[in-house]
Amino acid sequence: MEKSKSAATAQSGSDVILSVRNLKKHFPITSGFIIQRQVGAVRAVDDVSFDVIRGETLGLVGESGCGKSTTGRAILQLHKPTAGNVLFEGKELTTMAPPDMRRMRRQMQIIFQDPFASLNPRMTVGSIISEPLQIHNIYPNKTERQDFVESLLQRVGLNPYFINRYPHEFSGGQRQRIGIARALALSPSFIVCDEPISALDVSIQAQVVNLLEDLQQELGLTYLFIAHDLSMVRHICDRVAVMYLGKIVELGRTDEVYDNPLHPYTQALLSAVPVPDPTVEEKRQRIIIRGDLPSPANPPLGCNFNTRCPVEFELCHHAPDPELIEVTPGHWAACHRVTQY
Amino acid sequence: MDHSLKNSQVAQLDTEGDIPKTSSRSFWLDAILQFLRDKLSLFALSTLVFLTLVCVLAPPFVENQLGVDVERTNTKARFFAPLTDGHFLGTDEYGRDQLIRLLYGGRISLAIAYSASFMIIAIGVTLGLVSGFYGGWIDDVITWVVNTLSSMPPLFILLIVSALWSPSPQILVIILALLGWFGTCRLVRGEVLSLKERDYILAAKAVGASNFRLIFIHIFPNVLSLVIVTGSIIAGNLILLESGLSYLGLGVQPPTPTWGNMLTDARNFLVTGIHLIVFPGILIMITVLCFYLIGDGLRDALDPRRKYGEKK
Repeated sequence: MEKSKSAATAQSGSDVILSVRNLKKHFPITSGFIIQRQVGAVRAVDDVSFDVIRGETLGLVGESGCGKSTTGRAILQLHKPTAGNVLFEGKELTTMAPPDMRRMRRQMQIIFQDPFASLNPRMTVGSIISEPLQIHNIYPNKTERQDFVESLLQRVGLNPYFINRYPHEFSGGQRQRIGIARALALSPSFIVCDEPISALDVSIQAQVVNLLEDLQQELGLTYLFIAHDLSMVRHICDRVAVMYLGKIVELGRTDEVYDNPLHPYTQALLSAVPVPDPTVEEKRQRIIIRGDLPSPANPPLGCNFNTRCPVEFELCHHAPDPELIEVTPGHWAACHRVTQY
Repeated sequence: MDHSLKNSQVAQLDTEGDIPKTSSRSFWLDAILQFLRDKLSLFALSTLVFLTLVCVLAPPFVENQLGVDVERTNTKARFFAPLTDGHFLGTDEYGRDQLIRLLYGGRISLAIAYSASFMIIAIGVTLGLVSGFYGGWIDDVITWVVNTLSSMPPLFILLIVSALWSPSPQILVIILALLGWFGTCRLVRGEVLSLKERDYILAAKAVGASNFRLIFIHIFPNVLSLVIVTGSIIAGNLILLESGLSYLGLGVQPPTPTWGNMLTDARNFLVTGIHLIVFPGILIMITVLCFYLIGDGLRDALDPRRKYGEKK
């Protein structure tokens, strides 16, 4: 009871579309033949809780391998979570029967990072975008379906004339637009954007981000925006959650987190962002984190971050991992330094 | 000046992707055209088709026209050289016409190659798809069977099996298929394991695709090119294997002719009937070479890294 209270819940009164509570995704390390024994687990996502408010863009940032993408996929039940709850529009997804889950998928979609891996090379653009329609039997009439797919192509800024083309005929940015059109086909209300721009050229990134922003305004979409480009996150996100080794270490309004980072990891991350102003850039103090990311199969004792933390002290090594605590209204952090003072 | 610069920048943005203006062709159509453009592959394919058609269609015609019979022996007409007495390719040690025996033998040899390789592909692909896609205990069992059976020397198993049933062509096909699918299964399983982690499979799951749809719409078409190439190489190997088995006396039993057992019988008559060795030998060689060349051509044509529509 106490635990769920301490989770990073949104302020009362706001319209929550998605609640994640104590979500865990552990990938088992097994050995043995036919009868498998579990000899360990990779704790890709380890006890993550947060809320997503309708219409907002929640950023999820962190370095490679910290569990950002796994969190996104576990929310959509693409990876079955090991433990925890995911409530979408108040309905529990983790225990939902497959037919109900399939119906639920109409409201939640995903856009992938690599536009070259996310489109089946053997399918035309038309059949890629109309596949969700076929599965859910929307527009059973073939010409109506074709019209709708063409309008979707137009909506994401592609020529409807491309409908019979194959993915290899497009550039990265265009492929990403196709991926966005596929996600939009079911008119979802919530989209997980799994690093949708990090594989694109910088010149194309802005176009795709603008498209995502336009679509959000027009269709009232809610985004969970997974990224590691901190300046892009600042631009597009209303709130941001910072992940480290499978846990959220800081969560708050974007301005608040960027201007006043509480967790030493967030501070180090933000200090690495270059500033496009030579005089500021010269004075910029970088906080260098020592060492490497510990293995998520064998996280350190005490605080997850204590092996690399620049300000770690006694407590960090033997007290249990710090919980995410609301330090100032709407700004949460999980650090003994912050909560002890 | 300023204006034209602006225009050129706009133009640069518009050409992003550099899409060819020609209409789009499907991957398979494109691959076929690519294959047919390769002269060597085209030659190999036409040779193989020609050989197959001749073996299937020609025997009744040859029998009528030349008045020969595949079973009829003639002690007075032994070891005729080619072009003697109405025997185009001469006669063998029993005075049987070699041309008609080669045609009938080709029917059986090619039928074994085609049907056994088809069965190998069917078994291997099915089990490979199931094993790779579902994983878990099914995968464990199939992998275990594959590993165990492929660690037994196949020749040894063939020896035992053909000692138990002296093989007719039908039984031989089944034996060859049952002993030949491991490699294909392993190949397909590996490919499926890598394919099923691709983002487009996750994307299909995210829109609610069933397992059936994932396997048959998303995974199978992507392993098909691999399978086709393997199939043609396997067919070539089977022709060789059939000859090898005949040499050991384990293949199709005489008097039913196959290219393999004709070659084997002829080895005793190196001096008296060199033509009995040359013709079956050349036919085996040409057929196997054709299968391999077709395999090579298909591999090039189906390579996804190949530039689409590019001329060689």
